[in-house]
Amino acid sequence: MEEQAIAKSVLETGEMVLNMGPQHPSTHGVLRLKIHTDGEIVSKIEPVIGYLHRCFEKHCEYLSYEQIVPFTDRCDYLASMHMDHAFSIAVEKLLDVELPERVEYIRVIIAELQRIASHLVALGTFGLDVGAITPFTWAIRDRERILDLFEALCGARLLYNYIWPGGVSHDLPPKFVERTLDFLDYFDPQIDEFNNLLSTNKIFIERTGDVGVLPPDVGINFGVTGPSLRGSGVNWDLRKNEPYSIYDKFDFDVPLGKGTMGTIGDTWDRYYVRVLEMRESAKIIRQACAQLPDGDVHEAIPKKIRPAVGEVYGRYESARGDVGFYIISNGKNIPLRVKMRSPAFCNLSVLSEIAEGWMISDVIAILGSLDIVLGEIDR
Amino acid sequence: MTFADIIKFVETKAAGKSSIIEGKEVILVSPNNWVEISTLLKNESKLDFDYLMCISSYDKGDNKTYGAAYNLFSTTINHYLEVRVETEDGTAIPSVTGLWQAADWHEREAFDMMGLQFEGHPNLKRILLSEDWDGYPLRKDYKEPDYYRGMPVPKDKTYWD
Repeated sequence: MEEQAIAKSVLETGEMVLNMGPQHPSTHGVLRLKIHTDGEIVSKIEPVIGYLHRCFEKHCEYLSYEQIVPFTDRCDYLASMHMDHAFSIAVEKLLDVELPERVEYIRVIIAELQRIASHLVALGTFGLDVGAITPFTWAIRDRERILDLFEALCGARLLYNYIWPGGVSHDLPPKFVERTLDFLDYFDPQIDEFNNLLSTNKIFIERTGDVGVLPPDVGINFGVTGPSLRGSGVNWDLRKNEPYSIYDKFDFDVPLGKGTMGTIGDTWDRYYVRVLEMRESAKIIRQACAQLPDGDVHEAIPKKIRPAVGEVYGRYESARGDVGFYIISNGKNIPLRVKMRSPAFCNLSVLSEIAEGWMISDVIAILGSLDIVLGEIDR
Repeated sequence: MTFADIIKFVETKAAGKSSIIEGKEVILVSPNNWVEISTLLKNESKLDFDYLMCISSYDKGDNKTYGAAYNLFSTTINHYLEVRVETEDGTAIPSVTGLWQAADWHEREAFDMMGLQFEGHPNLKRILLSEDWDGYPLRKDYKEPDYYRGMPVPKDKTYWD
């Protein structure tokens, strides 16, 4: 009896709290995870955020609507165009302005190029997280071409300030459509190469298939949106379900997770939905380039943005999910309150739920598949 | 359902527990009735608001009325509703984390930034700011501190305009 008691006191392990981050390459920024573990099994994760808080919402209360756009750029720095577009759509809804058709087409082309660029970073860094180095370099090489296009468009490569309330800052530069189509011709076969290299790689599937399953109802309850939710098989895409801008004019599919390498909603599904979405984005860009009308891009830009008293909730499907801007106007050129619903903020909150019971090394894979950007979470 | 249908349905189930804000498609609920109304919105199969998109806190500017705007959506029926809960003199708003897990972090953020109290929240503490921060920055009467941990806070706003 006594020996048993001694053995128990020696062998019994308490809960260990492991600190990951805030400076850790796999947390995609300055995120700290307090991981409660039993041995190597994760029992609970407490994400600690706010290291990158820049008072975006407080700044908005001092700045006019035009001046806010550079700030929205810096929210999600991997998909800046999406944030600008989301904010512009919300302000335009508040102002009730009609945009020239050319502006809408340009915005769609740019937004879909941005989606490809953002997904490339997501897929590449996800590969890095699970130990595949080469796919990252390939993804960044292809993203570079999109950034070159954006540089020709507005002079900036990362933070564009291109899409404004009421229009865009410049018309398309000469040969932009041709260059975009050239890029797509080059890029389509690259997706197959990428699949050969990473998606169907045996080691990669072992790391991601069946790992960290997110059930659809849990995802919706936690407010998970975007590719992370579609990986669980929920057919929910704002571009399709509640088309904003001119997305109802294009023919494209919404890729869903099918559980090809395990269960529906596992890490591999969340990853693969992004690969398929790049093809769909390419499809939209081709259609938009073919239909692009002529016209002036500046005609709808209001001289002074002074919305009537009221409030609006604008929604937008960004590369990470459902971006919402809740704007309260008091009739001045400065908003009374701007609240941003950050998709990555909600996506991250589900991490503890799906990582429970997995190994610490799987947490890295699950976190990578959620594709978070800390600039947007902390605002 | 359209906004008028939703209102009619809510009125038949919980009469007099909510009101419509003049000229807007928004329901106003007092904190006392919020538990009943939120449960109705979430669990009633004809409404089925399963997706809480956003909780936005706001300040009415009179130093005592603060509110939270809940943007709800139903992914099954495809309809949308905005509900506002306003509180005076620091009355706590019942937490809805039991219905929508998404509310957990959103309510923490509203507490952090606007100082709204949520009754029944499992872990109501600051989320974006550090634990030792004084005051609630998004309130209209917030004054920036002169010093933070001994470091002077720059206040020159000459180049802001």
